[in-house]
Amino acid sequence: MKPFRKLVGPYCLWLFVLTVIPMFLIILYAFIERGNTIATFNFTFDNFKSFYDPVFISVLIKSFVLGIITTIICLLIGYPVAYAISKCKEKTQTLLILLITIPTWINLLMRTYAWIGILSNNGIINNILQAMGFAPINMLYTDFAVVLGMVYDFLPFMILPIHTALTKMDPAIEEAGSDLGAGPIKNFIKIILPLSMGGVLTGITMVFLPALSAFVIPRLLGGAQYALIGSFIERQFIHVGNWHFGSAVSLILAVLVIVFMALIYMLERYAGVNMDEEDKKHAKIRKNTKSFMD
Amino acid sequence: MRKSGKIPKVLWISVTLLFLYFPLLVMVVFSFNDSTSLSHWEGFSFRWYESLFSSNQMISAIFVSVSIAVLATIISTILGTVTAIGLSKSKKIVRTAILQTNNLPILNPEIVTAISLMLLFSFLGINRGYLTLLIAHIVICTPFVITNVLPKVKQMDVHLADAAMDLGATPLQALTKVIIPQIKPGIFAGALMAFTISFDDFIISYFVSGNGIENISIVVYNMSRRTNPSIYALATIILVVILVIVFVGTFVPYIIVKRKGRITHE
Repeated sequence: MKPFRKLVGPYCLWLFVLTVIPMFLIILYAFIERGNTIATFNFTFDNFKSFYDPVFISVLIKSFVLGIITTIICLLIGYPVAYAISKCKEKTQTLLILLITIPTWINLLMRTYAWIGILSNNGIINNILQAMGFAPINMLYTDFAVVLGMVYDFLPFMILPIHTALTKMDPAIEEAGSDLGAGPIKNFIKIILPLSMGGVLTGITMVFLPALSAFVIPRLLGGAQYALIGSFIERQFIHVGNWHFGSAVSLILAVLVIVFMALIYMLERYAGVNMDEEDKKHAKIRKNTKSFMD
Repeated sequence: MRKSGKIPKVLWISVTLLFLYFPLLVMVVFSFNDSTSLSHWEGFSFRWYESLFSSNQMISAIFVSVSIAVLATIISTILGTVTAIGLSKSKKIVRTAILQTNNLPILNPEIVTAISLMLLFSFLGINRGYLTLLIAHIVICTPFVITNVLPKVKQMDVHLADAAMDLGATPLQALTKVIIPQIKPGIFAGALMAFTISFDDFIISYFVSGNGIENISIVVYNMSRRTNPSIYALATIILVVILVIVFVGTFVPYIIVKRKGRITHE
């Protein structure tokens, strides 16, 4: 099979030019002075100084808070759903999982856009409220709308990995727990939850990361002035034209993601999840759904 | 299962499905609305479908999205498959290094990948347009092809290709006649994923495209600043296409298997 080794060559070059060098360029731009051409670049930390800016700090905090809220809501809705589905007959499970997956195949922009007509001041919900004699509620362009949009778009990515983990679990273990006198709650905390922890952690990763870097959802449902890290980066590149500051923010975002992934990895180790299996599962979920990193 | 748990179970699943499908239903219904309103029903009409197909901008966006998705799928599937076959035979150090780098576009936030490519194209002085869009899509699709194909290559009997070559096959013949037929499911899954990633992509396309080259997502993004039920019409068409594909892909093989099963049982 040795002749096939050479087949790696083209992709090596491809990866180097189109993945390694671009990442290096972000680092380079983040650390050189504004307005310099690459040929005469001057090293600087100035692009990171803006981080002391209260506006930027509030954007960063807001992104984290909304990301965490979105993840918690997805977990609270998604876990019971995944659990309920895993208790159905096998054929029903296949159908339900398909039904959960189908919305993710529709363009994220369009799915998000649908909520504008539902939430706006003269939208569907307010029409119903007014017909029933209530005062209209201002929902669009609020934090509520942004979180709702993110929960809506990312919920399937919480349900699917948890469901995969739950179906891998031997139902006999659960029955054994009940037979030995554990109540439903104790059974859940001591047996089901720990055994599905791998799926929960994958789900958290797949919801929190896109929520953290989202910029389409905040733009459509939060309004033009609404800023999260993703929209902040976009503004630096497209509207402000400060590529150096934009690169510095992107670098920080990439580092935050690496820190988060390392944390999840440690938690997985702690929870005793087999990493090899977990990787396969991840790839499988990706296959079933697709890239969604808004 | 305890019977008492049954009602909340059904309720919980139904409410979630309702939540997931309600916005889609709203889009389908209001795409036929005879008004610019996204919430007041004012009679049935096809006007948004007409305005969708009479818009040159939208027609060319559909062309860009489809052609980029097809080209990116073909190229990334070939590149990814060839690389996966090579990787399974390469030294461990090389394999680990490539796979780790390969993971970068998967794990990085999409916006970071997007601006890194935008910086590269501007650094190299390449004008942003159709070609940069295509290259960027191959960059994000190929890693997923590799993660789908590599497990299949690893499952394959390592001696088969050697046996073929011992029996006089050229490496190319061994590749096309022995290896590829065995890893077909992985290639197919990878290609399908590449297509959906490319077709639905917004962020990467938004940053690396230019000179008036817009795919569907970019047009929708620009349209969404004002109310435009044409977006609902387009979403409805895409939903119908997806449902048809899902139906054909899932239920037709199932029905065929069932029929065959019945025939053999009889």
